[in-house]
Amino acid sequence: MTGPTVAVLVFPGSNDDRDAAWALGALGANAELVWHAEPALPRDTGAVVLPGGFSYGDYLRCGAIARFAPVLEAVRRFAAAGGPVLGICNGFQILCEAGLLPGVLRRNRDLEFVCRDIRVRVERVDTPLTARCEPGQELTIPVKHGEGSWFADEELYGELEAAGQLVLRYAEDCNGSVGDVAGVCNETRNVVGLMPHPEHAVDPLLGSGDGALLLAALVDTARGRTLTPA
Amino acid sequence: MRVTVLVRPKAGILDPQGEAVQGSLRKLGFAVGGARVGRLVDLEVDAPSSQEAKAQVERMCHELLANPLIESFEIEVDGT
Repeated sequence: MTGPTVAVLVFPGSNDDRDAAWALGALGANAELVWHAEPALPRDTGAVVLPGGFSYGDYLRCGAIARFAPVLEAVRRFAAAGGPVLGICNGFQILCEAGLLPGVLRRNRDLEFVCRDIRVRVERVDTPLTARCEPGQELTIPVKHGEGSWFADEELYGELEAAGQLVLRYAEDCNGSVGDVAGVCNETRNVVGLMPHPEHAVDPLLGSGDGALLLAALVDTARGRTLTPA
Repeated sequence: MRVTVLVRPKAGILDPQGEAVQGSLRKLGFAVGGARVGRLVDLEVDAPSSQEAKAQVERMCHELLANPLIESFEIEVDGT
């Protein structure tokens, strides 16, 4: 039996697309790379991943140009129909700029490009990314970004906290994110974004296998959708 | 019509880039009390009047050139 199809989008400047596809494949998914100029997703797509990188050279603001890619229209339709969508790092930035996720990613507080393993705490387990985790569970996952300091003003932050949309927090100092937020979801909880890279942490041999816990949950959700079409 | 857009980090929003510039200027011996770094966009806009040009550019700012969560913008139409 072949696994559920997970579309991994490829923008000019994406550089974690192959890692994401490899990790998803290792977790039982049929990962398909989808070029940004495609007007549609593969027909049996069960989940979409926007990978890390520097789409369109990060021109203007990170993620600001990628939201005009033809494939993003298909992603909007997929998300509106309840399909699970995951944005990792630059993918997170794109989803924020596209208005599919709340807030914005800014330059890191200390201007440093942070590139190391970091501990993150799972705040919410009711998302397609964290369904296999326990509330409060700590995971070790690498980050590598210069513009990953998530920001929302006080009012928006309060709304998101009340609605349970703050999914992951750094368990140690990282980049100056408001509330140490490392990942958020949308109102309907099917679109999730995070700065850490679970696709780089799917094998203890590479430092940590904790990322597999997150991506495997996404594959579960994709499989569920494929079996019971919406 | 030539239109210039100035995009700034909103007042009160942390601007680490500006802080780094300020620190560097101080190292050079300049008594700089503050620095904020934004972005400048020069546009050539096809519009019948400067009011119309300004209205168009305002929409451009809202839709793309600035992120209203963290940035403010100012529009200058040439000749006004």
